Amino acid sequence: MSMEVTVATVHVDGKSYQMNAEENLLHGCLSAGLNLPYFCWHPALGSVGACRQCAVKQFKDEQDTHGKIVMACMTPAAEGTRIAIHDPETVAFRAAIIEGLMLNHPHDCPVCDEGGECHLQDMTVMTGHDYRRYEFDKRTFRNQNLGPLVNHEMNRCIQCYRCVRYYREYAGGRDLNAFALRNTVFFGREADGVLENEFSGNLVEICPTGVFTDKTLKRHYTRKWDQQFAPSICVHCGLGCNTDVGEHSGTVRRILNRYNHDVNGYFLCDRGRFGYEFVNSDHRIREPLFKGKVVSADTASRQLRDTLTFGKAIGIGSPRASLESNFALRTLVGPERFYSGVADSEAKLVALAIDMLRHGPMRTPTLHEVEACDAVFVLGEDVTNVAPRMALALRQSVRQQPIEIAKALKIPLWMDHGVRDAIQDKKGPLYLATPYATRLDEIATATFHAAPDEIARLGFAVAHALDPQAPSRGDFPLAGEIARALTHARKPLVIAGPSCNSEAIMQAAANVAMAAGAQLMFTAPECNAVGAILMGSNPLSAAFQAVADGEADTLIILENDLYRRAPRADVDALLHATAHVIVLDHLVNPTSEQAELVLPSGTFAESDGTYISCEGRAQRFFQVFVPPIPIQASWRWLGQGAWERLDEVLTAMATALPHLAPARDAAPPATFRMTGAKVPRSPHRSSGRTAVLANINVSEPKPPDDPDSPLAFSMEGASTHPPGALIPFVWSPGWNSIQATNTYQQEIGGPLHGGDPGVRMFESAPSNDQSYFSSIPSAFEQREGEWLLVPMYYIFGSDELSLSAPGIAELATTPHVAVNADDFTEGEEVDVHCGGSTFRVPVCIRPDLPRGVAGLPAGVPPIAGLGLPAWGMIVRIP
Amino acid sequence: MTPVTDKPLTKNMRPDGSVVDIRAYEQADGYQAVRKVLHGGMTPNAVTDAVKDANLRGRGGAGFPTGQKWSFVPLGNNAPTPTYLICNADEMEPGTFKDRLLLERDPHQLIEGMIIAGFAIEADVAYIFLRGEYVLAAERLSRAIAEAYDAHYLGKNILGSDYSLELYLHLSGGRYMCGEETGLLNALEGKRANPRSKPPFPPVVGLFGKPTVVNNVETLCCVPHIINHGAAWFHALGRTHDAGTKLFGASGKVKRPGLWELPMGTTIREILEEHAGGMRDGVTFRGLLPGGASTDFVTEEHLDTPMDFTAMAKIGSRMGTGTMIVLDDQTCPVGMTWNLMHFFAQESCGWCTPCWSGLGWVERILTSMEDGQGQPGDLDKLASQAKMWGPGATFCALAPGAAEPLQSALKYFRDDFERHIREKRCPWR
Repeated sequence: MSMEVTVATVHVDGKSYQMNAEENLLHGCLSAGLNLPYFCWHPALGSVGACRQCAVKQFKDEQDTHGKIVMACMTPAAEGTRIAIHDPETVAFRAAIIEGLMLNHPHDCPVCDEGGECHLQDMTVMTGHDYRRYEFDKRTFRNQNLGPLVNHEMNRCIQCYRCVRYYREYAGGRDLNAFALRNTVFFGREADGVLENEFSGNLVEICPTGVFTDKTLKRHYTRKWDQQFAPSICVHCGLGCNTDVGEHSGTVRRILNRYNHDVNGYFLCDRGRFGYEFVNSDHRIREPLFKGKVVSADTASRQLRDTLTFGKAIGIGSPRASLESNFALRTLVGPERFYSGVADSEAKLVALAIDMLRHGPMRTPTLHEVEACDAVFVLGEDVTNVAPRMALALRQSVRQQPIEIAKALKIPLWMDHGVRDAIQDKKGPLYLATPYATRLDEIATATFHAAPDEIARLGFAVAHALDPQAPSRGDFPLAGEIARALTHARKPLVIAGPSCNSEAIMQAAANVAMAAGAQLMFTAPECNAVGAILMGSNPLSAAFQAVADGEADTLIILENDLYRRAPRADVDALLHATAHVIVLDHLVNPTSEQAELVLPSGTFAESDGTYISCEGRAQRFFQVFVPPIPIQASWRWLGQGAWERLDEVLTAMATALPHLAPARDAAPPATFRMTGAKVPRSPHRSSGRTAVLANINVSEPKPPDDPDSPLAFSMEGASTHPPGALIPFVWSPGWNSIQATNTYQQEIGGPLHGGDPGVRMFESAPSNDQSYFSSIPSAFEQREGEWLLVPMYYIFGSDELSLSAPGIAELATTPHVAVNADDFTEGEEVDVHCGGSTFRVPVCIRPDLPRGVAGLPAGVPPIAGLGLPAWGMIVRIP
Repeated sequence: MTPVTDKPLTKNMRPDGSVVDIRAYEQADGYQAVRKVLHGGMTPNAVTDAVKDANLRGRGGAGFPTGQKWSFVPLGNNAPTPTYLICNADEMEPGTFKDRLLLERDPHQLIEGMIIAGFAIEADVAYIFLRGEYVLAAERLSRAIAEAYDAHYLGKNILGSDYSLELYLHLSGGRYMCGEETGLLNALEGKRANPRSKPPFPPVVGLFGKPTVVNNVETLCCVPHIINHGAAWFHALGRTHDAGTKLFGASGKVKRPGLWELPMGTTIREILEEHAGGMRDGVTFRGLLPGGASTDFVTEEHLDTPMDFTAMAKIGSRMGTGTMIVLDDQTCPVGMTWNLMHFFAQESCGWCTPCWSGLGWVERILTSMEDGQGQPGDLDKLASQAKMWGPGATFCALAPGAAEPLQSALKYFRDDFERHIREKRCPWR
């Protein structure tokens, strides 16, 4: 329990417990480690009193022996409260509630995907209900096709309402609702169709039983107890959400949320949850290739060594490769011959962000702290599509000021519907300045859709309105309103990033944050974009130049498709001019297809390493399973025997680059032991997992060794809860579902025992230096016959790796050009000329785009690599 | 002024069933109470005090003191705005048709009551939340509201005073839960008619999050008379401490089913025998639900109990809406209980488990019993479900309301339930 909370002494079954007085009794009992069953309550959703499962007996005082039944979730943990969990009448009541919930439940656990990790199973066992007295027909429903990600089986529903509360009230979705009434409430869509909300996958974990399950898991289903897990970090954006990855027989089966109080809490976005299937893709590079032919790992290694010995090699790093792999390449080719893996403009902007946060006065908040910010100004970022989980955090932050209404009325904040009844639709303040309308517009106080330069100018004007010392050009009526909102907030926040490729926007954001005393958060384009820049490298353009100048004839490209980094013609020329191209990557891509030597590098699931998120948080991901032999971590390929273990790489990196030394502490070293043992990757066996290969060999093979981590490829090992960075799956006696997370927290919904994983690599530097940026761009001017082509981001489509996950690919956007104009009609084909390239794409009319500005989907081949924004022409086909 | 009546609520009503229009209402001293309040210098607190002194208790069935409810609303310049007054005219309690009479026959009486109540709580906006099937009432109310606006009883600066009130008529989509105070608020907001968590209570957090008072039609109709004639007069109308008159009704196999305005505290026997004319020839009285479906059965031994909130509670039942449903010996008590449970099961909003799950189960058990498939042990299941619907065990009062007829039927007609199981048939079929 953190220090600032008011503590109440609550007597439970005659024993005294210290509970958070601002919480309810269910929260307090669970935090105290007491088993009390519940369904409708969830730590992130609060109390609504629907299921009546957490009934306890409350007594007025010591003399009261009669007591009355109350719902623990709806009763404050007030000082001196006396309750009994084990009172016979309440025990019977709770059993009767389960009996009621189970009347229509199909009892199909053996064929249900939730079986073995089902909250309903756990709670049923906990209450002791085991005999069925209901003798009539069960009600049945028609299930819906909710798209490629989430499966729907309504017959299992127990009407706890968590799904709609999460989906509508927490995540802002609209297309999932509760229909009908009595014992036939149907939770679904008005008609079959893909769930529209970007956070729909969390329904899988929110649902206490098997109504909403992971459809990607279903396609290659394995029970929880038959999966092998490892703690991991999401690779699909720069936020660094914590995940647990489940594997069986060499296939990644699913991603589960891994609770990190500071970062993602209980929730992931759908790209993060379902993007994993690229690991299982048919387009994986599984064998080393030399000149298009499969060669052995030894041959490949020798070839790499020989090429390096005889050639003039340079290396190009990657924003989606680990610190360790980037460092290995940097070490292999030498720092002076190591080049950035992103376009110069992007590298410059990420470096600018890091510089501001390391040396400026503005602090960057954790994602959890974003939820508590009470006035937010976003410049240039389509948050939902660039850093999705942050959008979910902003959907909570807009409630912060309205929640004061509930506080004034003395409504406890955990009393979720009481709070919502009091604050109704009040939201904000949230101001969004973006080139086009975004999903968050619906909760914004005001929006400003304009060309990037205009967004920057608005930002400068806001800073000026806050502090006349800050420079400004132009008059923006909205600036004063935004400035006032930030001034009146307790915890103002400014969000920007490199998405518009605009230095001016980021500088304007910094000015606003400085002038408002606000926190400042920058998005990062990829999972280790910040780490790669922190490591330091030469600009990518210099690599192109080095080859053109003949200074290099060998190019080692680390986990990077250069066609996403530079225009096609430039990359063609580079690869053509290089004698030896060596590519390490997971998936076949246009760059790997032209390599002389291709090395199969392990994905996040097959290797260990460290990423640094946009918050500056270094976090470790661990190998989930041992891949077939040739596949290994890039740092191992590139280490060339210089180091055998991950910790050796980290030590070498800390020596060579002392500013990166704290990253070592992102997780315990491989030597870490609990009660003398490693942390098991597999849950206790509940079926014949170890007999799976008995038809081949009855002797149980020795589990593979893991020299890189304190995790074991085994179900044997330490039986206690590991530190946060090492939690492969959650489990406690009686708690088989993901709700076992409760038992890993210091207080329910609070930090993990032993602290939340990750090391913040930079904190703001308190300084009196308030020197404002002053390069203010001129007003945007439309051009006759030309369009400013800006990047438009898509949660499904803009990320490279997840496009190889079938479920995501099905939902991904396709190449198009978005315009706001009367000159074109929806769907007509046009030629887009830009930067020497021409694409034939259909038109999508977007009335939200400013005049003279057109949008192209970012990261979608063949548009990826264009370097947007850029001026271009859109030509009708005669 | 016309002589003071002992039947204030129904005094204007015409035998032909036609509506009292604004002219007729004014001629019968209508809107005098509004003038007294607005022109007589009464403060909102003075109005509330008058209602408190009169001991007016909510006629919707719960009997909560009306003046006390009003006094929870924050008043003055710092109070949140707007404040809402809502007339609960969603009369869906089985066997209950008392508000319908008031709505159809003398709508201005209600409007006048709402203006005064609105003044007392400083309401800015008022709604009449009307049962959707009350088409005639809707027509007559619409006309009456228009008449009241034309006569400046509604709208800006009523009768030249500082007080303004906008009144809207809203027709319910039609669910029993819409008549529950907070379910009504959700319905009016366009949401599912689920009940709300309390606290916060509606006078503090009500419609659209603003202070709101929800009062029953009959309650509001009493208000102008209390203002006109005073608390002492209102007390004198009743025979017991629960003051005023009450619309009592009777349905079932009685000689004269109907509705009568009688002193509060009139005994059940008097209503049943004098006003409803006793049982029809050839049928014998077995029991009755005193005030709608969600009150406990009472039997012969209770008939001399005064019908008021206090006395009825003492015999383990409730006055409820005061409109009784009479059970006779030619009607199967199990069948009647099934009918009631079917209603409650249908109308459960589906929010809390004991209600949505238990009611469905109870209905199925009673169905099977009526079909001759009752099992030994069914009565225990029924009793245990009724216990699961105790106060505090459920989220709102729907299931506790259902528990009342179920548990009392099991108590008073247990032999009949057992006979169904023993004989594997319904003896009445």
